[in-house]
Order: sequence, then C-alpha cells, then structure tokens
Amino acid sequence: MSELLDQAIKTIQSRFQAEVSTFRDEITLWVTAQQIVDACRTLRDEFEFDMLEDETAVDYWPEESPRFHVVYQLYSYPRNERISLRVPLDGNSPSIPSIVPIFPNANWHEREIWDLFGIRFENHPDLRRILMPHDWEGHPLRKDYPLGYEEVMFTFNFDEIDQRKPYAKRYPERQDKAP
Amino acid sequence: MTEMYEHIDESTLDGMRTLVTEEAVEGKTVLLNMGPQHPSTHGVLRLLLELDGEYVVNCVPDIGFLHTGVEKNMEAKTYTKAEVMTDRLDYLNTVGNNLAYCLAVEKLVDLDVPPRAQAIRVILTELQRIASHLVWLGTHALDLAAMSVFLYCFREREMILDILEMCGGQRMMTTYFRPGGLWRDVPVEFEGAVRNFIKIFPARIQEYEDLLTNNPLFVERTKHIGVLKPEDAIRWGVTGPPLRASGVKHDLRKVRPYSGYEQYDFDIPTQSDGDTYARYLVRIEEMRQSLRIIEQALNKLPYGPVRSNNRKYVPPPRSEIGTSMEALIHHFKLWTEGFPAPKGSVYVAVESPRGELGVYLEGDGGPKPYRVHWRTPSFVNLQVLPLLAKGHLVADLVALIGTVDIVLGDVDR
Repeated sequence: MSELLDQAIKTIQSRFQAEVSTFRDEITLWVTAQQIVDACRTLRDEFEFDMLEDETAVDYWPEESPRFHVVYQLYSYPRNERISLRVPLDGNSPSIPSIVPIFPNANWHEREIWDLFGIRFENHPDLRRILMPHDWEGHPLRKDYPLGYEEVMFTFNFDEIDQRKPYAKRYPERQDKAP
Repeated sequence: MTEMYEHIDESTLDGMRTLVTEEAVEGKTVLLNMGPQHPSTHGVLRLLLELDGEYVVNCVPDIGFLHTGVEKNMEAKTYTKAEVMTDRLDYLNTVGNNLAYCLAVEKLVDLDVPPRAQAIRVILTELQRIASHLVWLGTHALDLAAMSVFLYCFREREMILDILEMCGGQRMMTTYFRPGGLWRDVPVEFEGAVRNFIKIFPARIQEYEDLLTNNPLFVERTKHIGVLKPEDAIRWGVTGPPLRASGVKHDLRKVRPYSGYEQYDFDIPTQSDGDTYARYLVRIEEMRQSLRIIEQALNKLPYGPVRSNNRKYVPPPRSEIGTSMEALIHHFKLWTEGFPAPKGSVYVAVESPRGELGVYLEGDGGPKPYRVHWRTPSFVNLQVLPLLAKGHLVADLVALIGTVDIVLGDVDR
C-alpha cells in the first residue's frame, strides 16, 4: 500500500468515522449516504482520485436495513491507485445524494442504478430510466423481481400477448395495436 | 413496487423542455430524430438532435434498445455457465470479455492460471483487439464514404476469425477462456496461422494508411473535429484510444498488468490533438503494437498445461474420469452444482479495444454470482458524445459516432 493511499484512508476514517475492510487486496471504505459527496470531494481534491471508474449497487433482499449497497470505484491517474467506497442504504424508499457535481460521468451510472434498482439520487440533473422502456414497472435487478422472459409473439397469439403488455393496461380504451 | 419516476413526454415540445434549449421550444431551432435504425449509429443508438441550420446545438443520446438483462441473467447461472453470456456483450471483443470475467472469477476464488494459458490468452486477446480495430476502421471509413477500406479490413478480420475458430470452434462467441485457464490447448496449426498473419499484416496496415492517412478527403473530415481536452476526458471517465489521443498516456496493460502483460515490450501510442484524426492514428498504431505483443508471446510460448490443477474449481481431463473415482466426483459436482465462491466482492479491469472494461463480481458463498456488474467502456465513452458534437455539422456527427467506437451490445448490456 502506498503512502498516499494510507493517508487517504486515515483521513476518510477520521473525518467521516468510516470503517475500512479489505478483500483480495481491494480496500473498501464504508461511509453513510450523507457523507458520500464530501468523501468523494475529499478524495478528488486532496488525494488526486480524479476519475470515477464505476458506480453500481447491490441488493441484499430480504434484509431490510441495510438492504442496498451503492458501490463506487475511484481511480487516481497520477498515483495509479484504486479505492472503493460503499454506502449501505435502507430498503424503504432508498435515496442517496448524487455525486454528479463532482464526477459528471456519474450521470448515466446513477440513471442506470435508478432504473434497475430504484434507488433515488437526490439533486440528480436528469433522473430518468435509461435502459428499460419508460413505461416499465418495477426495477429488474432487485432480488425480489423475478427473472422473467419475453413471450414469443406469433400471428395466432399476438392479440392475447399484446393485451398483457404494460401499455395495454395503461390505455385500455385504445383499440389500435402496439406502437 | 410501482413508484413515481420522471418521464419525458416526447409528443409535445413542452414535454421535452428539460432535454432541449429554449430556442427549440420557441421554434428557432429544429429537432431531428436520428436512429435507432440508422446505419451510421453502428447499431441501435437513438440521438435526439437539436439543429441550428446544419449545426448541432445539442445532442441527446437515447440508449437501451439492445438491453438484454445480462447482469440479471448471470445471477441465475453458475460461474461457469454465466460465462457464455459475456461473449454477447461486446460482440467485437468476445475473448476480451471472457478474459475480464475469468480474471474476476479467478481473483474471487483465488485460482492460479498456468503460464501457457496466460500467454495464449494474451495472443488471442491481442488478435481480437486487431479484429475489433479493423471493424472500427472499416465502418468509420465507410461512414466517411471510403467504401474500399471496409472491404480490405474485413478481408484481414476473416483471417483472425479463422484463428479463433481453430481454437474455440466458433468464429465469434468462443467462450474459449475458462476460469482457471482455457477450454483446451490450441491445435498444432495455430502457431503457423498466427505467424502467417504476423507476416502479412504489417503490409496491410500500410495499405490502409496509404488509403486514408494522407487522403485529403479523409483528413478534411477528421482533423479538428470533436476535440476532446485531456482534462475533460479524465473528468468524464473516458478511457481507451480516445483518452490516449488526448495525450494521456494510460493503458491498463502497462499500469496494472494482468495475464502476464508485464513480460512484453510494447509502447502506448499517444497523440496530443484529441481530434478524430488523432484517435484514428492512435488506433492504427495500436494494431502495430498488438502485433509486437503477439510475436513476443508466440516466440516464448511456454509448454505445459493450459488449465489449473485445482480440481475444486477446474474439471478434470476426460482421460482421468475413466480411471479415477475422485475425478468422476469432481466432474459431476462441477457440472451439476458448480463451485462455491467466498463472500466478498472484487473489481477487475482490463484494457479492451474500446477502453477500460471492468467487472464487479460479488460472491455470497454459493455456486452462483450474487451480483455481476459490467463497467463497459462504450457506455461511459458514449456520455461524452454531446460534448464532442456541440457546434459541428450533422455530417461530422456521423464521424464522431464512429470515432468514439461504441458497440451497442456493450452500451446496453
């Protein structure tokens, strides 16, 4: 472990009362949702962690609190170091401040997490679904979301399947078929 | 589980207020829909363009048309079976995806890989990098109306696909790398085929360069188009050739070597202009460097086994099953149940032709991955497209989509 990384960990630890865990030489700092923006800013401005490599989430359903973890991977170009941040979140309407003001490329990552996990990002400039269709119900990567399948449509069962689609439920009066 | 979420109603101008500028709502600028079915978007990318005359004021990418739920599907399969899905992400860099996934699994369960397997992995990954760059070069030139380059590039790509077929039995979706090594050793013709390719290919790169590098039409369309400043590239997390074309000397093969890349001598090509032409030059030079790596790896290809001897994770060879009870049990357990991985998470990143391909893999003690997340280079690099396109002509936008080198399977997963 380099001196810079050591210092960064100590600073985050003392300033945010963060816990540190190590697995397979990967260092993870555990911070709370309120601290994540400040922690990222500290790492970027004081310790040269200038790139957000990745941001994702994990669902630990049926555990309720914490149910979700949001995981950040930060990378430092000048020092060639990687550090991971982890934020536990409650299962009941999970929400966390957005880090877009610090790392602009978090924008799509956070939209993806919102789309697939239903974790709300406060102060996000454009929080919409990104991968799923806009009228999709539910958040597919949650563990309580069943692994489904798409029914194959043929001429003989087209109407039957079409009636079960989300858009058919939303516009029952519409007679015309799928857009 | 239904919750309120933001949705933009694109049927009215008022509904799109958050996407476009005030001028579009007032009718001073024109809104144009490009894609998802459009040949120059290289797949099913949809762009909402706001135009002032022929100039792009704003461009809003809309993705997700090729979303296949790979991450969710992988959670339902064992570590070995889930690998098949990795090929389908970035379908121009299939063995590279296999490599990233295998390295992640190997790190998670702490599994060794024999040196011969590592060297063969390097050779095939570099061949695939060349193949991927060839598709990029062909389609990029085709977007700029240079038809012949496309045909030449696919001629050479065919040679690489033949080599992949020789090893894995498939031209594209090989799944040839397995956690702990390879599926099987390479055939005897392998070395000759690769040497033949190394012999032929430098002259072919020269051929492409003769067609494009000093071609006034090509230079006119690419120089000073879509300039990406190095600080912007870092801020937006851009990796791979676009980053190096902006002057940042960064390659994961050098700074965080994996699979034995530290043994090979190669350069990281960089350019300082950060425009479309610079990105072209970087990728052309990368093909030459890949050839250097392949040649070195082939020259000192070690003999020995191609898969780990750790029977708890790697199935025994067929010949042992007939004579050893233990081998039969291992074979049975590994193919019915799979191997358990410890509780914990790892993040592994490799340098794919498009940039940093990262795998976040989490195990929960069972035989199936608890969570797999793909940090795909196309997804992150595509975010920078609006920044690049601002103020350029619509015709140049086509060149810019090509130069970011996205694969929609990689973007949407």
